[in-house]
Amino acid sequence: MTTTNDTAAQKGITVALDGVSFSYGETSFHFDAEFAAGRITAIMGPSGSGKSTLLNLIAGFETPDTGKVLIGGIDFGNAPPSARPVSMVFQENNLFAHLSVEANVGLGRSPSLRLGDADRAAVVEALARVGLTGKEKRLPRELSGGERQRVALARVLLRDRPVLLLDEPFASLGPALRDDMLDLVAGIHAEREMTVLFVTHQPEDAHRIGQDVAFLDEGAIAAIGPADDFFDRSGPDGFKRYIGDRGGTVAGSQHIARKRT
Amino acid sequence: MQSTLRPDSRITAGVVALASIAVLIGGAFIGLIVEGAHDLSGAAAAFDGYLLRVARFTLWQALLSTLLSVAPAILVARALSRHPAFPGRRLILQLFTVPLALPAIVAALGILALYGRAGYFAGVFARLGGGEWPGIYGLSGILVAHVFFNLPLATRLFLEALGTIPADQWRLASQLGMGARPAFRLIEWPVLRAAMPGIAGLVFMLCITSFTIVLTLGGGPAATTLEVAIYQALRFDFDPARAVVLTLLQIALTFVVVIVLTRLGANTVGDANLPVAPRRYLSAGRMESVLNAGLIALALLFVAGPMVAIVLSGLGADLGRLAGEEAVRRATVTSAGLAFLAALLGVTLSLALIAARRALAMRRRPGGAMSLLEHATDTGAGFVLVVPPIVLGAGWFLALRGVTDVFAIAPIMVVAVNAVMAMPFAIRAIRPAYDAASERHERLCLALGISGWTRLRLIDWPSLRRPLATGFAFAMALSLGDLGVIALFGSDSVQTLPYLLLARMGSYRTADAAGLALLLGLVCLMLVVAADWLGREGRS
Repeated sequence: MTTTNDTAAQKGITVALDGVSFSYGETSFHFDAEFAAGRITAIMGPSGSGKSTLLNLIAGFETPDTGKVLIGGIDFGNAPPSARPVSMVFQENNLFAHLSVEANVGLGRSPSLRLGDADRAAVVEALARVGLTGKEKRLPRELSGGERQRVALARVLLRDRPVLLLDEPFASLGPALRDDMLDLVAGIHAEREMTVLFVTHQPEDAHRIGQDVAFLDEGAIAAIGPADDFFDRSGPDGFKRYIGDRGGTVAGSQHIARKRT
Repeated sequence: MQSTLRPDSRITAGVVALASIAVLIGGAFIGLIVEGAHDLSGAAAAFDGYLLRVARFTLWQALLSTLLSVAPAILVARALSRHPAFPGRRLILQLFTVPLALPAIVAALGILALYGRAGYFAGVFARLGGGEWPGIYGLSGILVAHVFFNLPLATRLFLEALGTIPADQWRLASQLGMGARPAFRLIEWPVLRAAMPGIAGLVFMLCITSFTIVLTLGGGPAATTLEVAIYQALRFDFDPARAVVLTLLQIALTFVVVIVLTRLGANTVGDANLPVAPRRYLSAGRMESVLNAGLIALALLFVAGPMVAIVLSGLGADLGRLAGEEAVRRATVTSAGLAFLAALLGVTLSLALIAARRALAMRRRPGGAMSLLEHATDTGAGFVLVVPPIVLGAGWFLALRGVTDVFAIAPIMVVAVNAVMAMPFAIRAIRPAYDAASERHERLCLALGISGWTRLRLIDWPSLRRPLATGFAFAMALSLGDLGVIALFGSDSVQTLPYLLLARMGSYRTADAAGLALLLGLVCLMLVVAADWLGREGRS
C-alpha cells in the first residue's frame, strides 16, 4: 500500500473517483471522474462547489460515504492519509513553525525525523532544487510566504509520491511570484511526471500550467477535458459563466502560456 | 465511514481521564450513600434545627460577601477604567491578582494579624469603640476575608468587561460632549450590567464553598457553614450520619447554584489575566478624579493591608528556629512532593481531556451533534466545581474508614483531589494553545504520518510546553495552599504546610503560624507569577 522511497522517481498514476458520495452538513457531493496519469489538471469552480473536498477525499482527510477512491487502480478510500501515494500542499500551515526548514523537509523522509547521511544529502538537494540553498537552518517565520511554499515543495520532492495535490498554495502570493511558483511546479512535473491536481481560482494559472481542466459545480464534476477546449469559445456554458468575460483576456494572454517550461 | 472508527490514542486517553475522575467522584458518592442507607434513622435525625441554622448561615454569609465584593468592585473598576494613566495603575492591578495566589489560610492569618484581638489595629479600634476590641471572629471576619479575596477578582473581571467597549463608542461620546454621568448610563452601565450575573455568581459560588476562611475566622455554631460542619462532624463529633446529610445538602446547594450560574452564562473559573488599558477619549473632570482616586486608594489599602500584615508578622517570627524545626522541614517536603504530584496528575488529566475533546470535535462533521463523550470531555472537569474537595474527602473518608486506616491514605487523597480541583484552571491555561496548535498541525501530521509518541515529542511538546508549564505552576500553587482534604485526612504522620499552620494557630503559637504563612504565601505567589509569565511569553 505504501509507496517506496528508493526508486529514483515515481511516475504518475491515475486517480479515479468511482461513485464517490460525501455529505458535509447540508451540502452533499457526488464525484465520478478519472484523472489521467502524469498530467496536470486544474480544478476550477465557484466557492463551495467542492474543489477542496475533492482533494481532501483523494488525500484522505475526508472519507467517502460511499464509492471508491482509486489511486493507481487500488481503492484507498479508507486508508489513512499518510498511507496514500499522495502529497498535498495546502494554502497555509504547510510547515511546523518551531522546526527548521531542514527538519520540515526531512519529515518527508522520516515522520520521526530520524535521518541518515543520505537523507540529509537528499534534503539539501531538494532545497537546492526549489532555490533555497543556504536557508536550511532558518525557521519558517524567517521566510517569505513564497519561500515557505517552496519548502513545502521541497518536501514533496523528498516524499516522492506519484500524486501531487495543490490546494491553492499560491493564492496569497503576488502575480509575478505566483507565476514563478507555477513554473517551479511545472518544472518538477517535467522531471517526475507525477499526476498533479491543482485547485485555482485564476484562469491564468490554469492556462499557464494546466494540461486538463476539471470544472466543478454544485458538488459534482460538471466538465473535464483538455485545457485548450475550455478556454476557447466552445468551453462549457457553466465554465464561461464562472470565468465571466475574462475568457477573452486569457485567450489574449496566451503569450504568457508559451513561456512554459 | 470506517475511518471514523480508526482508534485514536487521544480519545482513549480522554476516556481513561474521565474514568479516573468518575472513580474519584463516584467512590465518594458510594461512600455517602452506603453510610446513609446504613443508618437511615440517624440521617433523618440529623435534620434538626442546627442543620437548618448552618444551611441558612451558609447562604447568608455568601450573599453578604457577594454584595460587599461586587458593589464596590463596580465602582473601583470604573474608576480604574476612567483613569488609564493613574499612577501605579499597573502595579495596583498586579497587586489585585495576588489574592488569587494566596492560600486562604495565609490570608486569614493576615487579616487576623491586622484586625484580630491582638492585631495591629486592635488599639485603634479599642480607642474608637471605647472598651476592648473583641477581634473580628465570626461573621465579620468571614466577610472581611471574602471581600479581600473577591473584591480584587470582581474588579479585574469588571475591568475586563469595560475593556470590551469599542474605542469608537468612546470617540463618539467625546465628540458628542458626553459627561461622566450620561457616559456611565449609556456606555459603561450596559456592559457592567451584562457582566454582573456572571461575576456575582462566581463570587457567590466561591463563598458558598469556602472552607478555610470559615474554619479559621468563623467561630462556634453561630458562624459555621455546611463545609465546616461536615469537617467537624467527621473529625470531632464523629457523627457519620450527620456528615452524610450535611454533604448531600452541600451538593444539592452547589448543584442548584451551578445550574443557575450556567443559565446566567457565568464563567465559573476565575482568570489571572491582566486587562490592558485601552486608549480613552473621555477625560474625567476634577471632582470625579478626586473621588476616583479616593476609591482606588481605599480598595488598595483594604487589599494591601492583610498582605503587609502577613509580611510584617511573618518577619517578626523566629524564622531561623522555624526553618530548623523537624516538623516544619517534614511538612515542607511533604507539601512540595504532594503539590508536585497533584499538579503533574492534574495537568496530565487535563491534557488527556483536551486532546480527546479536540479529536472528537474533528471527527464530528460540521453541523453534527456533539456525542455524549465529547460533552463529557468538554465539561467533565467542570463537574468538579459542583463537588467541593471537602465533600469528596468526606465521601472517601466514610467509604474507607472501615476498610483501612484513613489517615494512611492521606497522601493519595490529597494528590487525587487537588489534582482534580486544579483541572478547570489547568484546562483554561492549556486548551486554547492545544486547539490552536492542532488547527495548524492536524492535517500536516496526518499527511506525513506523524503520530503517537513521535508527534508528542516533535510537534506537540514544543508548542505546548509553555502553556503546560503555566497550568502546572498554577495547579501546584493551588494544591500547595489547599487546606481541604488534608484537614480531614491529616495527622501527625502526614502534615502539609497549611495543616501545620492550622495546628500552630490552634495551639496559639501565633508567631510560628505567621512565619509559616509568610513562607507559604511567598512560594505560592512565586508559582503564580511564574505561571502568568510563562503564559504571557507563550502568547506573544
